[in-house]
Parts: sequence; structure tokens; C-alpha cells
Amino acid sequence: MFGLNRKDQILFLVVLALVVFAPFILNPFPEDSGLARFNAGYPDLMQRFVIFGIFAIGFNILFGLTGYLSFGHAAFLGVGSYAGVWMMKLLTVNVVPAIIASTLVAGVFSLVIGYICLRRSGIYFSILTLAFAQMSFALAYSVLTPITAGESGLQLSLSDPRILESAAATGSIPATNFFGITMRDGFELAAGGWVFTFNFGYYFCALLMLIAFYISIRIFRSPFGMMLRAVKSNQTRMNYTGLTPKPYTLAAFVISGMYAGLAGGLMVAVDPLAGADRMFWTASGEVVLMTILGGAGTLIGPVLGAGVINYFENIFSRLNERDLNAMFDFLPDGLQNAMVAVAQLFVGDGWLLTLGLMFMLVVIFLPGGLVEGGQRLSRLFGRRKKPSGDDPEHHPKPAPHVAE
Amino acid sequence: MGILEVKGIGKRFGGLQALSNVTLDVVENSVHAIIGPNGAGKSTLLNCLVGKLIPDEGTAAFDGHSVLGRKPHEINQMGISRVFQTPEIFGDLTVFENVMIPCFAMRDGAFRMHAFESMEKEQELIGMAEQILTDVRMLEKRDVHAASLSRGDKRRLEMAMCLVQQPKLLLLDEPTAGMSRADTNNTIGLLREIKEKRDITMAIIEHDMHVVFSLADRITVLAQGTPLVEDTPEKIKGHPKVREAYLGQAHQE
Repeated sequence: MFGLNRKDQILFLVVLALVVFAPFILNPFPEDSGLARFNAGYPDLMQRFVIFGIFAIGFNILFGLTGYLSFGHAAFLGVGSYAGVWMMKLLTVNVVPAIIASTLVAGVFSLVIGYICLRRSGIYFSILTLAFAQMSFALAYSVLTPITAGESGLQLSLSDPRILESAAATGSIPATNFFGITMRDGFELAAGGWVFTFNFGYYFCALLMLIAFYISIRIFRSPFGMMLRAVKSNQTRMNYTGLTPKPYTLAAFVISGMYAGLAGGLMVAVDPLAGADRMFWTASGEVVLMTILGGAGTLIGPVLGAGVINYFENIFSRLNERDLNAMFDFLPDGLQNAMVAVAQLFVGDGWLLTLGLMFMLVVIFLPGGLVEGGQRLSRLFGRRKKPSGDDPEHHPKPAPHVAE
Repeated sequence: MGILEVKGIGKRFGGLQALSNVTLDVVENSVHAIIGPNGAGKSTLLNCLVGKLIPDEGTAAFDGHSVLGRKPHEINQMGISRVFQTPEIFGDLTVFENVMIPCFAMRDGAFRMHAFESMEKEQELIGMAEQILTDVRMLEKRDVHAASLSRGDKRRLEMAMCLVQQPKLLLLDEPTAGMSRADTNNTIGLLREIKEKRDITMAIIEHDMHVVFSLADRITVLAQGTPLVEDTPEKIKGHPKVREAYLGQAHQE
């Protein structure tokens, strides 16, 4: 089916199911229970899950396959966002031109940056990409203010030309839509104590993520994907086999740049505001964390990593003392206070501490990321089943992640 | 008229004259060995021929076309393959994939973006890859990760990767370095087999006299960057200059 082998088909169907039923899966706790704080099934966060999923899937095509660690991918995301908002300002608030433009503009931008940065490999490549991303950030933040609106961020305004739209002056900025389906709209389903939100913007992003995921599987399994793994493995042998590693790496760089641009475009499709902070180096670092946490070089890893990090960033960071007190209510008073005091370090602003600890644990004990953790668990519980085949992508070795 | 004609090649590294006035004529379908003590310039010569180094002077022509100034991948596309002293293979990939990559390189050239094609469709290349793996007796290891092979198997795999491209000239850089006697004999056997089965010219750099004398049709002795003598193995064995420069030294060690 779709040119995938059985194993990949199952993987794809699992992701499809997860994405379609996400509003249920992410809302396991009834609305009025104390644990409702841990529900993640609201549109804004669900959109972030799939958008960062796309970002990480693309990053993984570069990093997971060729081993080239880019620290500047947020620049492509930011460029994609700006291109998207400009399309909405100039043409129409329909998201289609915006998304196409963000992908293409990010592709061209990554072609230029990749061409220069790929003159070096290893740590020098990483530093070059970082430098380029920071330059882009600085340009967007101050120098290019007429294009990027600098500090305040680029947004839609009433005076935009929007030449593809009928000049119906309604007195308000129209909402972003996909041929009439408004991104921020949706419907709610109340069942028992639960309220499930189905948001059109989320499903639109999810559809594109599934397409992006499918393309990534095809690339991983193609001769091109094999060449990219060869780049990571031994460039000397490639040269003496009559191949040139650089165009392969550059192609992977541009593809991952386009994925980042698509993610940036979707961000403005659901919320038409593009700021320079999206290009800051911490944003680039985040996608590196997502990919490594989930499992670099695996198909599903980046999606998992994006989910986990966004969950922590948005759920743990909102917990406060009151929530903790409620959580540990069942304990005797002294113990409750002690638990709250300890747990407080890890929530709210301390969520980065939780993330850092988790990242360290994963890198030290599960070099293959969460995917490796899942494999170990399934091996532990599924002994009776025959051991799975020796699939190189799903058994990443604890090899250094950076190309030498 | 040789398939590989090297004339007056010289190469300096700073104050060190690594090669001077090296002339070499490798006859088609022969096995030509280049021997010499450590530091004689054997590997430098090889590196000049595959595009890793550019010599300061002289010419080197393969099949009538100059190889100097060309990049390694271009020289490979001309029909020269190289086996390294330490096997250069794709360790993270399976044995089968290791052999498929040169197949793709041969058919598609230096770069092709076949991102949406599936491997299963390439039956012709798969057939070639399986055939060569059968030839080097590694077919049963086709799904093993190349990094986990034994040293001897890595060498076999590297040879398979070179041979699947049907090169006209195979350059071997100390193919038995660090091998046990048994592995060395296996390699000699393999090389003989290759020689019998196909029209291929081999230029081989080797320390091990046993290997050289069992394989070579002609031998060039290199000492301090210059060719001392070139002749058949029988004549080289008894040559006084060679004994003095190379064999004599080796015996003293």
C-alpha cells in the first residue's frame, strides 16, 4: 500500500490513528477533576504537537540520516513564517498560498545557507549554521524592520492589499481559512465529564504532518536515503566509489529546510503573527533536543520527541503551588508540604529542570532515544514473540551523532 | 602500450622529496606489484593516481586520458577502483547496501536524487549485487551490519564493492596488511580467482613478498621515491640492487 512495506504501513497507520483521535487521547481526565490540569487536548497545544512534529521530522532527515548537526534550523522556520504572513497580507488570508510560499522561500534560503555551511563538516558545520541563524535573527529583529516589523512581530492589518480577495470592507481582519474553513473554528463534544475539542486548524496541520511523515518514510527507504546514510558512514568510500557526498547532503539540508518552512507557514496559518524570536538559537536547539530525545535516525522518534517536549513546555510550566497542594492533598500535612516544596522545583519555571534531567537520562541510558526505550520495553514484555528483524533504522547504535 | 602510463612523476612535501621521476607502465590484464621499504613513496604514488594528491611534475594517463587534476569520484568513473589499507566500507549499512551503493554510482553517476523510488524496483542492480556477493562468498551475510564483520570479511566486502563496478584497473594498497597467514592465503586465492574470471588489471602495493611473488606478473621496486628496477618476479628475486635496498633490510629486521 502506498509503496510502503508492511512494517512501515503499520507505523503509518498507528500515527494516523494517534493524530485523528488526539482530541480524545490527550484529554484523558474529566474536566472538573484535579488532574484536568494534565489534559493537553486543547487546540493551541495540539497544533504545536503536529507543527513541531513536522519541524522535527524534517530535521531528522538531515541529522538522523547524514549526521550533520545543524544548529540553525529555526532560521528556516522563521523565514517560512514571515513569507507566510506576507502572502496573507498581499494575496489572501486563505492559507494555501501562504504555506506554499513559506515552503519554497525556506527552501531557497536553505539552499544558499546550506551551500555555504556544507563546505565544512562536524563541529564547524554546526557553528556555521548557528552563526547564520543568529545573523538571520539579528537582521529580522532590527535591520530588516520594514519587512519583519522587528520587535512587535509581523501581523495582518486592515490596510493590507489582499489583492485576491473581494474588497468587502467588513471593518475587521478576516480570519485565516482553508477555502472557507476557518482555522480557529471547530466544535466541542461533551460526553460525561469530558469535553473534547475538535479544531479545524489542528486537523489541517495534522493532515500536512501525515503527508510530511509519509514523504519522510519514502525518503528513508529510498536509494537516496541509503546514500544519505552512506554520507554519515564513510565519505571517503563514497568519493572513491564515484559519488559526491556534498550534493546529497545539500539536498537533505534543503529538504529539511523546506520542512522547517512548512512548519513556520503552518504556525502563521493558525495564528497569523510572525516574530523574530522564532529564529533565536534556543528555538534551533529545541528541535535538536526533540530529535535526540525521540531517537535520531528513527522514523517515529522526532514526532515523539516533539510531543514530549511540547507537553512539558506547556503543561508542566503552568503547574503552580496550588495545583501541587491539591495533588498531594492525601498526604499528612508535614509530608504534603515537603512534597510540594520538592516538586515545586520541577514545575512552573522549573520545567526546564525536568526537561534537562529527562534529556540527560535519555542520552545516558537510552542513546537511541525514546524509541529505544519503547523497544526495550516491548522486548521485556514480549519475550514470547519472536525477536523482530534486524532493521537498521530501528536499532540505532550508540554511535556519535555528529559527522566527523 | 600500458593501460596506465606514469611518466616522470615528482611530489614534494615541504623539504621531503617523496617521489622523483617515477615512471611506470602497467600492461593491460596484468598484475603489477609495487614494492619498496617503508617511506619509499608507494602510497604517495597511489594517492597521486586516485586524485587524493596532485603531483608537482610529470604525467599520468589511464587509457590515454590524464588522471591528474581530476577528483577521486571522476577517476573512479573512468574505471579505476581502489582498495584501502584499512578497509573503507560503510560500517552503519548492511553488507547488501554496501554493494548496492557502487551499483547505483555506476548506473547513475556522481549524484542522483532518487528520493521517491523504492529499492525493490531495482531488480537489475540487486541481481548484480547478489552475484558479486556470491562471487566473494558473502551472500549469507547480506543483512549483517558491515561494521560487525571480521577484518578479512571487511576486505572481501571492499573488494566486492570495487569489483561490482567492473573497473578496468584495480588499485590495491597492502591488501593483506595485518592479516594472519590463513587470511593472507585466502586473499591471494580470492585475487587469483578474480583475475581468472574477468579482464582486469591490478596494481598492487604490498609488503609481504609471499603475496607479491604469488600474484605479480611484473614488479617495480621503489626506493626513496625513485624506481630502482622493474622486471619479472624471477629476475627481481635475484637482483643485487633489490636485495640491498629492500630484501636485505627486511632480512636484518
